[in-house]
Amino acid sequence: MPTSKSIYAKRSRRLDSFAYVMIYLCASISILILAGIVGYVFYKGIAVVNWRFLTSVPSAIKGTFGIAGNIVNTLYIIIITLLIAVPFGIGGAIYLNEYAKPGRLVRLIEFTTETLAGIPSIIFGLFGYVFFGNTLGLKFSILTGSLTLAIMVLPLITRNTQEALKTVPGSYRSGALGIGATKWYMIRTILIPSAMPGIITGIILSVGRIVGESAALLFTAGSGYLLPKLGEYGEGLIEKVTHEGGTLTIQLFLCMEKAQYEQAFGIALVLLIIVFGINMLTKYLAHKFDVNKQ
Amino acid sequence: MSDKSFSIIGNYKTKNTVEKVAHVIFVTCGLIAVVAVFSITLYMIISGAPAIFKVGLKDILFGTEWKPTAAHPSYGILYVILTSIIGTAMAIAIGVPIGLMTAVFLAETAPKRIANIVRPAVELLAGIPSVVYGLLGILILSPLIYKIELALYKNSPGHQFTGGSNLITAVLVLAIMILPTVINISESALKSVPSHYKHASLALGASHIQTIFKVIIPAAKSGIVTAIVLGVGRAIGEAMAINMVAGNGVNLPFPFSSVRFLTTAVVSEMGYASGTHKQVLFTIGLVLFVFIMLINLVLNKIMKGGKKDADI
Repeated sequence: MPTSKSIYAKRSRRLDSFAYVMIYLCASISILILAGIVGYVFYKGIAVVNWRFLTSVPSAIKGTFGIAGNIVNTLYIIIITLLIAVPFGIGGAIYLNEYAKPGRLVRLIEFTTETLAGIPSIIFGLFGYVFFGNTLGLKFSILTGSLTLAIMVLPLITRNTQEALKTVPGSYRSGALGIGATKWYMIRTILIPSAMPGIITGIILSVGRIVGESAALLFTAGSGYLLPKLGEYGEGLIEKVTHEGGTLTIQLFLCMEKAQYEQAFGIALVLLIIVFGINMLTKYLAHKFDVNKQ
Repeated sequence: MSDKSFSIIGNYKTKNTVEKVAHVIFVTCGLIAVVAVFSITLYMIISGAPAIFKVGLKDILFGTEWKPTAAHPSYGILYVILTSIIGTAMAIAIGVPIGLMTAVFLAETAPKRIANIVRPAVELLAGIPSVVYGLLGILILSPLIYKIELALYKNSPGHQFTGGSNLITAVLVLAIMILPTVINISESALKSVPSHYKHASLALGASHIQTIFKVIIPAAKSGIVTAIVLGVGRAIGEAMAINMVAGNGVNLPFPFSSVRFLTTAVVSEMGYASGTHKQVLFTIGLVLFVFIMLINLVLNKIMKGGKKDADI
């Protein structure tokens, strides 16, 4: 080469430097956006969030605003959704991994699970509104919202359980069956406990999805913000599931529509902290899971 | 020993029943997903079809006038469909290059310590609820875009000012929202390229950048395409984040005009719509559903193709 005398002299390529610049530029854009979002929400929200904000409900008479009712509604929806989705999700995964033989049915189930994971939440919202709300007559209620979300998070639980079941060594199965355990006994005492970290990861991811969900709940769970009434024997707590109940995200959306941005940022901060916590928890579990494998 | 019989065939029958019941229960659980997808499809068609027969397919899909509450209502959603398609395409055009380059940064060029901070941060970004993106869109992006709009259209009195709620703002919000999806999936695709590809390319004298762009990215193609398709799915289905920043006027999708997406059309009018108007909103939902199913089919094809490649 005429330009360089020694092969040790590195030829600098202009295109390479340009590519490096682009890579670092794009990466810093992504990082700045992220830092900006988190930082801005913290900056704006920290002034709003205090004990009263977390423990009271909106009241026109007292002129206060609080999100206690929304927090309770969110908890209700998380618990009921999981009660429905977790057994079916785990059951489906066990069927796919332990019972089914490869064939048309398995392909169909796997395809529909994938499809379910790809349907946007607003379609779930419309479906829940028509099917659970109108056809089954549950109207706007926490129950309608939970049933809708249960279908939505089902693939998350199925997939994570399936992944976990796949990592259970085959020798566990043959060992259990070999000493005379029935298949159901083996599943109950060997497979499910071994797959527990994966199942829990699926549950936590589902909680994250439920907490962040808004479009699927707007037309199903509605927008109530009051605390459940206890009733004489606490029956009010159960009755609550047939009432409207807006989660934190729905309240945030409503605040935005009414241009109550201060409160909106307060809720956004609470949501961000929850999401952060869920992330940490998933990481921790994944880490623990890894150690077990080795 | 106790009185109980310890015969190994003693409770064979009960065991057998339990086994059979367990099997049936697991099959049922497995079928839930199938039933769910079929009933969602069925109900979307049942609730979306009546308006098509009432108003006419052509008038809905290719009509350009949206006046659902007028004395002589018209329900044309052509502009809404176009907005969703063009908006999604623009969001992909902005989000994918930035996301892919960030993935390259994380997988290849970043110092390990920085990558270990950035990666969890990106995962956090994926978990942030969409309404929070919407909130920041209104308060930060909209005013910014409005300033640009004012500067650009200072001398054109014909322009309808949108106050920053327009296509470009919505597209930017969508582009930011698909970033984590694109980054995460592309990064794992880049990382799963066998390291001997890279070593061979470097040994042949290619620079690191040449290796990245000519060897690693082409080898990770199917994963990157998956990331893009998932990004399209997320962008076209997003409702709450862009509901407040798109402006909600039914117009042709020009960057600085107030627009309405398929999703935001449903969200913004479902609350008060009734009669034919409501049925048309369900038709809009059906159109969106058809788009999503097409995307899912494409995705399914790519995933299967990717698997075959991996086997070879």
